[in-house]
Amino acid sequence: MIRNPRDLQRYNASERANHWIVGICFILLALSGLAFFHPALFPLVNLFGGGTWARILHPWIGVVMAVFFVIMFFRFASLNLMGGKDWDWLSKVGKMVDGNDHDMPEQGKYNGGQKLLFWLLTLCMVLITVSGVVMWRSQFDFPTELVRIAVVVHAAAAAFMIGLIFVHVYAAIWTRGTIRAMLYGTVTRAWAKQHHRGWYRQMTGKD
Amino acid sequence: MTNHWVDIKNADLVLIMGGNAAEAHICGFKWVQEAKQGRKARLVVVDPRFTRSAAVSDYYAPIRAGSDIAFLSGVIHYLLENDKIQHEYVKTHTNAPFLINPDFGFEDGLFSGYNADKRNYDKSTWSYQMGEDGYARVDPTLQDPNCVFQLMKKHFARYDADTVSRITGTPKDAFLKVCEMIAECSAPNRTMTILYALGWTQHSVGSQNIRTMAMIQLLLGNMGMAGGGINALRGHANVQGITDQCLFGESLPGYLHEPTDAEPTLESFVTKRTPKMLRPGQMNYWSNYSKFFVSLLKAFYGPNATADNNFGYDWLPKQDTAYDVLAMFERMHQGRMNGFACQGFNPLASVANKGKVSAALSKLKYLVVIDPLATDTSEFWKNHGELNKVDPAQIQTEVFRLPAALFAEHEGSFTNSSRVIQWHWKAADGPGETREDTEILGQLFTRLRAMYTSEGGAFPEQLMKLHWPYRIPSHPSAEELAREISGYAVSDLADASGNVTVKAGEQVAGFAVLRNDGSTACGNWLYSGMWSQAGNLTARRDNSDPTGLGQSLNWGFAWPANRRILYNRASCDASGKPWDPSRNILHWNGKAWGGNDVPDMRPNAAPEEGVGAFIMTGEGVARLFAPGMVEGPFPEHYEPFETPLGKNPMHPDVPAVVSNPAARVYKGDMEVFGKADEFPYVATTYRLAEHFHFWTKTSKINAILQPEHFVEISEELAAEKGIRKGDVVTVRSNRGHIKAVAVVTRRIPVLTVEGRKVHTVGIPLHYGFKGETKPGYITNTLTPFVGDANSQTPEYKAFLVDIEKA
Amino acid sequence: MALQSLDIARRSATTTEAPKVRETTEVAKLIDVSACIGCKACQAACMEWNDIRPEVGNNVGIYDNPQDLDDKTWTLMRFTEVEENGRLEWLIRKDGCMHCADPGCLKACPSPGAIIQYSNGIVDFHQENCVGCGYCITGCPFNIPRLSKTDNKAYKCSLCSDRVAVGQAPACAKACPTGAIKFGAKEDMVHYAEARIDDLKDRGYQNAGLYDPQGVGGTHVMYVLHHADKPTLYADLPENPQISPTVALWKGVAKPLALLALGATAIGSLFHYVMKGPNEVSKELEAEMEKEDAK
Repeated sequence: MIRNPRDLQRYNASERANHWIVGICFILLALSGLAFFHPALFPLVNLFGGGTWARILHPWIGVVMAVFFVIMFFRFASLNLMGGKDWDWLSKVGKMVDGNDHDMPEQGKYNGGQKLLFWLLTLCMVLITVSGVVMWRSQFDFPTELVRIAVVVHAAAAAFMIGLIFVHVYAAIWTRGTIRAMLYGTVTRAWAKQHHRGWYRQMTGKD
Repeated sequence: MTNHWVDIKNADLVLIMGGNAAEAHICGFKWVQEAKQGRKARLVVVDPRFTRSAAVSDYYAPIRAGSDIAFLSGVIHYLLENDKIQHEYVKTHTNAPFLINPDFGFEDGLFSGYNADKRNYDKSTWSYQMGEDGYARVDPTLQDPNCVFQLMKKHFARYDADTVSRITGTPKDAFLKVCEMIAECSAPNRTMTILYALGWTQHSVGSQNIRTMAMIQLLLGNMGMAGGGINALRGHANVQGITDQCLFGESLPGYLHEPTDAEPTLESFVTKRTPKMLRPGQMNYWSNYSKFFVSLLKAFYGPNATADNNFGYDWLPKQDTAYDVLAMFERMHQGRMNGFACQGFNPLASVANKGKVSAALSKLKYLVVIDPLATDTSEFWKNHGELNKVDPAQIQTEVFRLPAALFAEHEGSFTNSSRVIQWHWKAADGPGETREDTEILGQLFTRLRAMYTSEGGAFPEQLMKLHWPYRIPSHPSAEELAREISGYAVSDLADASGNVTVKAGEQVAGFAVLRNDGSTACGNWLYSGMWSQAGNLTARRDNSDPTGLGQSLNWGFAWPANRRILYNRASCDASGKPWDPSRNILHWNGKAWGGNDVPDMRPNAAPEEGVGAFIMTGEGVARLFAPGMVEGPFPEHYEPFETPLGKNPMHPDVPAVVSNPAARVYKGDMEVFGKADEFPYVATTYRLAEHFHFWTKTSKINAILQPEHFVEISEELAAEKGIRKGDVVTVRSNRGHIKAVAVVTRRIPVLTVEGRKVHTVGIPLHYGFKGETKPGYITNTLTPFVGDANSQTPEYKAFLVDIEKA
Repeated sequence: MALQSLDIARRSATTTEAPKVRETTEVAKLIDVSACIGCKACQAACMEWNDIRPEVGNNVGIYDNPQDLDDKTWTLMRFTEVEENGRLEWLIRKDGCMHCADPGCLKACPSPGAIIQYSNGIVDFHQENCVGCGYCITGCPFNIPRLSKTDNKAYKCSLCSDRVAVGQAPACAKACPTGAIKFGAKEDMVHYAEARIDDLKDRGYQNAGLYDPQGVGGTHVMYVLHHADKPTLYADLPENPQISPTVALWKGVAKPLALLALGATAIGSLFHYVMKGPNEVSKELEAEMEKEDAK
């Protein structure tokens, strides 16, 4: 791909690094977590040096992810405040998924779907982190009754989050020209104008 | 035990009092469970604490520590009053019909003949009326006012249920409930077994505690019966053996007396010790005293003992005074002892009044400790902070530690509570430089003798004349000793018609063949037969039990004569028929006594001959009236020397009889008895299931199971004193103090005695400053230096303390 | 740890059948609480046979020592003082793994073969397969497994599976001096318990009974209780133990459902792509921008 100097900067290097730290952590956590979640996936522990290493690493990776997620949260929270047009967008998302995005309301840097995802991921992260700490037997000793709730919350929130990330990743793949935003920071003006016209306008001053 | 462990399963009622079998005799306690499950027996526990035994009992009654005689006298009163005695048994097998000297009396808590200055009795009035035939007079109708039965009725009439409850603190209904259950066993086909231990012996009235119970068992007709008897549960696996082998300074093996200064010749000694026959035709088995004694001298001195030199009688030390443990430490404390060897004994921890014991040990020139463990005693001189506050610079005693092998590290025998001698084999070598006890003593002996040979010394005969026939003189083997104890013929033994029955050098079959002419040698007549010509019978392990009554006669060897139930002749009526045919251990088959035990009777003594079942007494019957006791032929309640009441409620106005009037109290010890105003709580000491004396505190597993010294108090006392469970408390007696963790429990009852509340403080004794357990104080810092009037066993079970939060 | 390999009824985190050709008798340990004197010989035997020694602790005002189960304390006497029918009772319960027929620990365990249930009913931990997550603790309705502070493996009573495998009784049963711990075929133990219960009823314990809780499918360690109607008297023995509903949900339907949902999302995405094609920038916009660039 040829870089165009007039491409729009969507993410700076620091933001991209942050995202990928969180992303890598997520992948590792999902793999190790799923290994403990279902016997069919237990062999995934071998990616981590075996079951015990997976058990040892999983919570520490979780700590790293939580820290960087918090940073990321503060970077992007203000951009993800939901407004009327976001809900309007969401109400029409079915058409878009069906391949027809012509009638979608104009979006800023993030559309309603992205914003909703942001908040759902944040919620999942809170639940997973808190319940994860409660389950962390080698470090803490919480009452078993509490741990019993935590394990379910952890599993449910994690499964849901993995689903969200599937959507997130697929959306990035499906919407061509998106992934580069997180790889080298820029998107084409055409991409911006098509998917995020408000942001395009803001970035270029053009209509 | 008159009976044995397995026989407990034959009982209909198991009474645990003066002991805590589930805690201190755990393995034997299984036979209680067998009785409960197999015979639907009931278990009753009477104890100052709700013990582990109480936890599995059918009925528990609390009692104030030190008031057992009042309780048991109340039971006797109940049995007599409600006619719940086995009449035929009492008439046939006890001295109830015997007439007593009319001058015998009892007034103000004292029997006739008391000497207040000497604190002892002239027993001349405690005697039978003798007939012109030279035998004691009896009244078979039991009506004569001077017969034992009537005297007993009168004596115990004072112990009604209200009085008992007032003294013991046992609620009246609980007391009566226990009486009812006991009374049911007066039926000929129901038996009660009584399991007791140090909870009865360790009182200033210890022997009378046991005796009172023996009277109850006689009244119920339970002595000699399967599932009956008087059963002392011995603590150590071999403490029965120790007792039998004379490791009390005042007796010789087999309960033969140690001669005293008053018996200068063999003849005077034997005459004094051989009892007279008191009723016609009795076995009076102690009439064989001289045979046992001369055979013992032959074992001691071998060929050096001859008729001409009275078999070496002169070489035996003669007692000038008391040599019990308290007397020894008293003498040591007075600085009248140079050296002390303690073998398998931790007196600093286990003798009363640790302060006095420590001071006494400090006055020795040397102390030899022969033990597998580094005992507290071996470090009595070492400062262990507040746990053993001594100044080593002030103690000149030289201490030698000789490491001994543990029981599993050598061969030998154990004698258990059942009187069963069981051989045990070596399992492992002892660690390091340990030596077997026999080798340690053998080495001492051979070296001393060598020194005497080369240098001479005082009293040479005692050493030089000793018979020492062992293959390795410095290390006599267990087999050699066992054979010697069992006895052998010195020269050929011939029967009446001149046929040689036992050849010189052969093992004798039993004490019946021992002789007083020097032709037999026997180290302990009671053990005679344990190693016969048939070999080592203690090594037998045949547990077959053909009748299901637990009489495994081919398991080990029981003394005496492999008899499993003592007085078993009393399990039958006068005609030789068992009282309870379903528990037939012995009967007269028309020609001889037979059954599944060795008869405690001449085998061919037909019932018509009227030979009494209690063959060791001159009268052939058991004694309800027992002049042998030091403080009276009948038991009487006396308070412990440290009493919370300050008076004897039976005789509130007689200061002389507050506590046992015949108990020996040393100067200086009377002064340190505490009074209730300063030390208001009754303390009692005891053992725990998790520990064995002062031994297992050195073992990791036991330390894990019960790691730290504690005391037990009631919730009420704890609340009064602001003590919470887990707090460290100070327990103080007039002799010192200890600190321990408080266990606050509902298992310590608060009793109402004489209208006031009496609190109990329970103190386990296993802890000390040596071992794997948390370092702790020695419990016997607190206990009084006074013993039972008969046995001098210290009064560990009832004394006074104060307690407060540390 | 254990010696068995052909008589495995269930294996943790394993969805296929375990090797089970060898048939064994269902066993049980029967603890007759009414005959137990709390001597702790069972604790000593457990320590000796398994060669484990917890620390020498302290007395904290009670007889229980050590105070709780831990990686080196697999069984423990728990003492409770209660007053029932106006009489003081000192209830002494030997605590330890109950070896449930439906073991919560095994259900919760994520590591294949870390927890095994043999056909004889013994539930055994194979520490070499244990990852140390502690899920078993969450699964257990009796609060038994303990994680080691040093190696992070979970430990509990094995019912001496190594002894049982060679026809021996567990060490505790062997050591029990009063016969309060019996071991044998579960059927025989139930039968024996009936006799004990009759005896207790005869002694006035009208509610005597067997504790073999069906909420966990029955157990292979059972108690004879004098007050079977009030198991909580015995140091909080649960009245109706069962695997916690949250754990059941987590390790039950949630597992396949969640995987299904995730799989569906992934597959759905793929099919969406295949059927609808990518969401591309329109040719007009591309052209517009190219035009702009050309300026």
